[in-house]
Amino acid sequence: MTNMKDLKTLPYKDREFFLQGNATCAGCGLDLSLRWALKALGPKTVIVSPASCLNVVTGVWPKGAPDFPMINMVFAGAASAATGVYHGLKARGIEDYTVVAYAGDGGTTDIGLQALSGAAERGTNIIYVCYDNEAYMNTGVQRSSSTPVGAITTTTYYGKVQQKKNLPGIMSMHNIPYVATASVGDPLDLYDKFKKAKDIKGFKYIHIYAPCPPGWRSPSEKSVEIAKMAIDNGMWILYEIENGFFRLTGKSKRLTDPKKRKPIEEYIKSQGRFRLVKKEQMEKLEQYRELMWNQVSKELLFQQMDEKSR
Amino acid sequence: MTKVESEFEGVHLLKGNFAAAYAARAARVQVVTAFPITPQTLIVEKISDLVDSGKMNCEFIRMESEHSVMAALVGASIAGARTYTGTSGQGLLYMAEPVHWAAGTRLPMVMSIASRGIAPPWNIWADFSDVMSQRDSGWLIQLNSTHQEIYDSVLMGYKITEDPEVMLPLMAAYGGFILSHTSKPVDMPPQSEIDSFLPEIPEKGWDHIFLDADRPMMHGALVMPGDFYQEFRMKIHLAQLRAKEKIKVVTKEFKEKFGRDYGNGLFYEYKTSDAEYIMINYGEIAKQMELTIDTLRNEGYNVGMINLRTYRPFPSEELIEKVKHAKILGVVDRATAFGSPTGGPVSSDVRAALQTSSETRNLSIIPFINGLGGRDVFPEEQREQFEILFHVLDKGEYPKNKDLMHATYWTGTIDRRST
Repeated sequence: MTNMKDLKTLPYKDREFFLQGNATCAGCGLDLSLRWALKALGPKTVIVSPASCLNVVTGVWPKGAPDFPMINMVFAGAASAATGVYHGLKARGIEDYTVVAYAGDGGTTDIGLQALSGAAERGTNIIYVCYDNEAYMNTGVQRSSSTPVGAITTTTYYGKVQQKKNLPGIMSMHNIPYVATASVGDPLDLYDKFKKAKDIKGFKYIHIYAPCPPGWRSPSEKSVEIAKMAIDNGMWILYEIENGFFRLTGKSKRLTDPKKRKPIEEYIKSQGRFRLVKKEQMEKLEQYRELMWNQVSKELLFQQMDEKSR
Repeated sequence: MTKVESEFEGVHLLKGNFAAAYAARAARVQVVTAFPITPQTLIVEKISDLVDSGKMNCEFIRMESEHSVMAALVGASIAGARTYTGTSGQGLLYMAEPVHWAAGTRLPMVMSIASRGIAPPWNIWADFSDVMSQRDSGWLIQLNSTHQEIYDSVLMGYKITEDPEVMLPLMAAYGGFILSHTSKPVDMPPQSEIDSFLPEIPEKGWDHIFLDADRPMMHGALVMPGDFYQEFRMKIHLAQLRAKEKIKVVTKEFKEKFGRDYGNGLFYEYKTSDAEYIMINYGEIAKQMELTIDTLRNEGYNVGMINLRTYRPFPSEELIEKVKHAKILGVVDRATAFGSPTGGPVSSDVRAALQTSSETRNLSIIPFINGLGGRDVFPEEQREQFEILFHVLDKGEYPKNKDLMHATYWTGTIDRRST
């Protein structure tokens, strides 16, 4: 586990792969996540990105911020194109590259889900990353199935009615060797998870909580703070499932007791997208948090039973 | 000493789809992705069998959809591999988005299409409307008439698409079931001869597109209206036009090496040199039309046919040269182009192309549409098509019958009055 004191010893601590001058907005969660992910993965990394903010913020031709091979791809084709890249390199005898699909929540939880599920089922040796900013931000903040209940988007003017889709949960049901959640609010945890994923053979899935100041109507300088809040109040749970073994990570480890989770009011107030949240939506948001933690409890309980039976 | 018989060399009785699969193997493709769809299925099954039994050395990925098939092929091709797939009808429509992406990225690849009718209503039989739907995608499009041509088109295809002057993908289509599921003898050259005809791809991948962490490249980035978007598009059209010459050269080289003649590669002629009545046709029914032409020739009619092999790039100048001496022209489509000037994709294009020359501008061109959704087209029907040409030329008017709709003859249409 990487600690603050280890920072100076990280191999790529001074190396940026996603260069300055890229077109991300101030306080972009995607930018933070990608920079840390690449520091963990190192130089021999290929990124495949479907239609998403990443397609645009990498720079408009002929300028480009990626100091790594980067393939822009059709919206529904992240997992499948990455599959092709992996097998294309393998066919040429090149196996020292890490092939990563880096997609937004729209490209993952909605339009790209079929290709993602297919690649996971085939066990393709790639890392699939969803940077989840909880709406279609590139097209101007429309709701996705990953948008939380109550959030205002340009297609849910009075707040989204449905709950957020639990995609890491769906991916864990594919019985892949590695599923993890991460957050830009805990970059070292994120770093460790990418390092781990890099060395695991097979299909790896990492779902990153990535705030979007223009989409969330939150101050640019508060992105990390908001991400930390979401961890502390239990709205975003950090965990990893390695070969079926479920483990809470980071601060989430301490939050199995509901009393230890901070109230969500402050978190809701920190973002303009929740400005229409009334008592009813607040209850739904809390229900969602409870539902997610219930699933965690079940996982942990099963695991205990499993260990006892051994 | 007895010679060991190889299933991959010499003359074998092969289904059309197997010919495609064997050709992909002979071309030493490195990555194949596929998703089963009738009537292409036998390609996927055969390649699965060959790969799993160790007879074919490639990365073979059974995808979960055609969209993913082509997206993965784009990825593999960017990674520098020689790639192959096959599909049909709805599958081609579903993969349309990455199909365009492959051409825009200027990737060399070959895709076999066992063509079938577009739904609804559901249809799985021969009809080229599926490939015609992709005619503006930037892919080179070829239409096959025989089992042997299915095999040969794949081999020639790689040589054409991988030419640095072309670098556009190629789809070669043939009628579903009629060619895909019937068997004919296919002559497969020895691997050593194929290898000398079709060399391996560059070791470091393609010159214009590559994956290399030491010289990182961003593929498919956003281009603003003021930057080179329009120019990139122009270059695709230019490459299409350049491909015509390349197709001619490769077809000639193929003939010299393997002895099989596909004309200039863009089309081949059947008794056109002195023909007054020329039919332009394509696919398996074009091959069949040769019989009708023989019959009519015996009866004293100067008839001939141009079998269109290459639909994109469209061989405008070459066609003009061959038909300018004709008195009347017919164009047969086994495909639809709804709302177009003729209702048929090729006949609309022929009309447009022949307008560009004063020598052919006044030629009468009669469009035919037949055999949609696998409807049988018998030699009698093809004779009727010629008879319509005779009538128009002799009488100076279109014969009125149930098939005539806005100056296009939809021959073989069910006569509702008689049922």
